[in-house]
Amino acid sequence: MSVLCPEIPPPGFSFANCKRNALLESKGFPVPKATKTGTTIVGIIYKDGVILGADTRATEDTTVSDKNCEKIHYLAPNICCGAGTAADTEQTTQMISSQLELHRLYTNRVARVVTANQMLKQYLFRYQGHIGAALVLGGVDATGPHLYSIYPHGSTDKLPYTTMGSGSLAAMAVFESRWKPDLSEDEGVKLVRDAIAAGIFNDLGSGSNVDVCVIRKGSVDYRRTYDEANKKGVRQSSYRYPKGTTAVLSTKVINVEVVDVAVHQIEPERMDTA
Amino acid sequence: MFDAASNPPSFWHNGPAPGAFYNFPGTRSGPGDFRQHSQAPVTTATSIVALTYKKGVIIAGDILGSYGSLARYRNCPRIVKVNDNIILGAGGDYADFQYVKDLIEQKIIDEDCLDDGFKLKPKSLYCWLTRIMYNRRSKFDPFWNNFVVGGIQDGEPFLGTVDKLGTAFTDKIICSGYGAYIAVPLLRDALEKNPTPSKAEARELVEKCMEVLYYRDARSFPKYQIATIDEVDGPVVEGPISVVQNWDLAHMIH
Repeated sequence: MSVLCPEIPPPGFSFANCKRNALLESKGFPVPKATKTGTTIVGIIYKDGVILGADTRATEDTTVSDKNCEKIHYLAPNICCGAGTAADTEQTTQMISSQLELHRLYTNRVARVVTANQMLKQYLFRYQGHIGAALVLGGVDATGPHLYSIYPHGSTDKLPYTTMGSGSLAAMAVFESRWKPDLSEDEGVKLVRDAIAAGIFNDLGSGSNVDVCVIRKGSVDYRRTYDEANKKGVRQSSYRYPKGTTAVLSTKVINVEVVDVAVHQIEPERMDTA
Repeated sequence: MFDAASNPPSFWHNGPAPGAFYNFPGTRSGPGDFRQHSQAPVTTATSIVALTYKKGVIIAGDILGSYGSLARYRNCPRIVKVNDNIILGAGGDYADFQYVKDLIEQKIIDEDCLDDGFKLKPKSLYCWLTRIMYNRRSKFDPFWNNFVVGGIQDGEPFLGTVDKLGTAFTDKIICSGYGAYIAVPLLRDALEKNPTPSKAEARELVEKCMEVLYYRDARSFPKYQIATIDEVDGPVVEGPISVVQNWDLAHMIH
């Protein structure tokens, strides 16, 4: 079996774990309910390429589990994937990233965005939506800039601007009112930042800071924490009591004097097994 | 010795029978009481978009009556002038809106008959509507609506909303339905930069919101009403206005 040629997975649904899951459920271990992690992720096509944006809040139900997580994952040098809404997006993107690298070595060509799109959608469809990965895939290849949105069930859309996650409606409102073709890089980054900010401030599942990733032909500019939209408040004053607040009535000092230092070897006694 | 055929005498009379529903004595119930409980809306209207501007209030909403997913009635205006101080908009079940509208109209007529120079104020109508809505929900028979009351009270613009649960609050920006997810972020951002827009600026914002809502709300319609109320022009309800649609994007999607 050639190591360079990735194995084409068998067509159809992979039921490999179903029997095991049913057995576990009967023993009292039901399938854990997937918690939705809120997010706002967006992508736009601008004049020279693609700009992806994401918020940085990871939630576990109603608690914020990570204030500054990274949602823009790496897929290939020219493709970055803004992933959101589930924890298994991390595994999916890593897997597709390694498959893309093998593909690149096998074909001896720069990976195309449409290739990543096909791999992701075929993988997700095989699992019938059980892998809850909703992705915004963007990149620049030999055929130009491309932007795809990929849904957990395996459907994809090829669009000039797209948003995903619980904050997608707020972000999409910003795009629908301000996007136009052939934006400059500064305008594009500002638009993406405003869309993520709309998600951060109007959606409870999104928050903290804005990450932006600009992908042009030949260069990728990953601006982690492009905008620190929510700074932690600075304490106005110190709560420490100054020395002397509590009056000292008397002081007694006892010195510990070291008289003698000696080292004794202790032989481990044999265990009494009688 | 016991009689096998006789049943033991019952311990109590007119009490609950095991396994059966029991009607507590004192509650009104009879053959004519076929009240629906927690009904489902039939003909519905979608979002309302409203904000306060300098010395005034603007409320907008499209004129579609949806029958589930069917765009059935394309001329259902749902923003009304109540009196010289108040305009009212509603989303949700259209029949319930018509019923409540008639109740309000009757109240205005009764007030006119009194002829004492007093006119119903926006806060009063808002308070009254809240009580109606909350009491209906407490009887499990709600008016399936989201009302938006706007007006001028004591020289200040007033904007409040009541929903089918009786949840009521006032704010500078109020949008119901899909408007809450799509229009509120846009309006909040605009008002942060310009806290007291002029009437023309507010109108422009609202028109933009109606355009975006038409693109993204699957139960919306490109014709809508706009109502404004301020001290200068009084209440004005305009409509139907058409959304200026931009479909250039269509050529970029393959």
